[in-house]
Amino acid sequence: MSYETILIHAGLAEKSRKNRWPARLDLLQSGTGLFLALFMWLHMFFVASILLGKDVFWTVARFFEGYFIFGKAYPGLVSCVVGFVLLALALHALMAVRKFPISYRQWRAIRAHAKMMRHADSTLWIWQVYTGFLMFFLASAHLYQMFFWPQDIDPYLSSDRMWSAGLWPFYLALLLAVELHGGIGLYRLAVKWGWPNASREALKKVKWALTGFFLVLGLLTLAAYIKIGYEHRAADAVGGRYTPAWALEKEGHTHRGDGQ
Amino acid sequence: MSENAAPQQYRHLRLNVLRYDPRNPASKPHMQEYRIEEADSMTLFIALTEIREHQDSTLQFDFVCRAGICGRCAMMVNGRPRLACRTLTRDLPDEITLAPLPFFELIADLSVRTGKWMRGMSERLQTWLHAQEREVDLCRIEERMDPDLAEQIYELDRCIECGCCVAACGTAQMRQDFVGAVGFGKIARFRLDPRDTRTDDDYYDLIGDDTGVFGCMSLLACHDVCPKSLPLQTQIAFLRRKMAAQGLG
Repeated sequence: MSYETILIHAGLAEKSRKNRWPARLDLLQSGTGLFLALFMWLHMFFVASILLGKDVFWTVARFFEGYFIFGKAYPGLVSCVVGFVLLALALHALMAVRKFPISYRQWRAIRAHAKMMRHADSTLWIWQVYTGFLMFFLASAHLYQMFFWPQDIDPYLSSDRMWSAGLWPFYLALLLAVELHGGIGLYRLAVKWGWPNASREALKKVKWALTGFFLVLGLLTLAAYIKIGYEHRAADAVGGRYTPAWALEKEGHTHRGDGQ
Repeated sequence: MSENAAPQQYRHLRLNVLRYDPRNPASKPHMQEYRIEEADSMTLFIALTEIREHQDSTLQFDFVCRAGICGRCAMMVNGRPRLACRTLTRDLPDEITLAPLPFFELIADLSVRTGKWMRGMSERLQTWLHAQEREVDLCRIEERMDPDLAEQIYELDRCIECGCCVAACGTAQMRQDFVGAVGFGKIARFRLDPRDTRTDDDYYDLIGDDTGVFGCMSLLACHDVCPKSLPLQTQIAFLRRKMAAQGLG
């Protein structure tokens, strides 16, 4: 055993050397939270591109696979991004779980406290605990799937996942948890660090407006996938990939060109 | 309107008080109801005093100054910590529920021993001026302080240690060793004071962990209930930034 271990065990670590880790861990919790919340909003825009049509979504999906840079799709690139997000999620969960009520006594105390006080910011925090806990499982499951099967991000395959694989309730729960948790989290970051230096009322208004916007966008997007998934099954084409109309035409031209 | 109008009707208030005396083995926590007629400009403190004088002399609650300065009469009023002497009954509904502040040692009924915890907090955070003066030269003119700075220090010095911020703190309800807003306010006060020679490096030793500023989850009920309206939200955020910077150094 090292000298350092002996010091820590004797409760004398801080007497010997200043411990910078509590500060770093706090920054890590806020930093990973900020990254995940902003990522989630961008992600929502990318996913919502289906509302502009299958071609748009197909283009966005291929773009992230490097199709328009390398001329060939590399789904592994998506896996890399997913892996990084998964790492951030794991770190954020590890940091945030330190604040959870982790015993029955603590749980009872914070619940009674919220009921007594009826103080919005305190109650919102309990919602953050609920949604955060839920996302340990929902968000990791989603990231796991995207990590191993990135090539299945496709207008038809994604829609089949929603409808034919019956995952729409899973995505609905994930959407609600993510939007509530991220919105409350960003508001909390602002008041925690004092930036932007606006009144809490104003910050909360912005927060609810953004949460409302992304929830509506998310629900519309979910509905669009369900609709496409339903039609895809009705056409008995489940499992088939989407090929954009212009690509079909281009392919057709190329084939004709080859034939001549 | 007219002086011949019927005499003013006063409300009948119902006060439900959580009663318990830990020193009496026969005592069990229970709610007791008192009825009282409201009067003009009645404060909760006046209502409680009237109950104790005319209805129940065993009811225990604390007060000293009756003017929001001593901080002794803090209690949970309809779920939130407030000073009884600064709470007008006309701002409350007919039914009022009173309970002692949580977190602190209960003396009996609505009376808690905040002083014991406050002293412990003061010793832990060393909330006194740390001046490293060689020798005090009484013939020399004192160093001047900028009036704006003096004002800022005074603003934070208005804390009366009533305990409302700690009672309103969700973190403190879960974790008994949390410093609480009162402690952060004091650190912020000495940090401002140019006579105090301590640096952020020293303050980090006092509040640079999860029982200190990094344990604060920014629920900010402390800020919302402070009877002296101290700027706790901005002060805690400021300390957090300064202490986090220590982690990068």
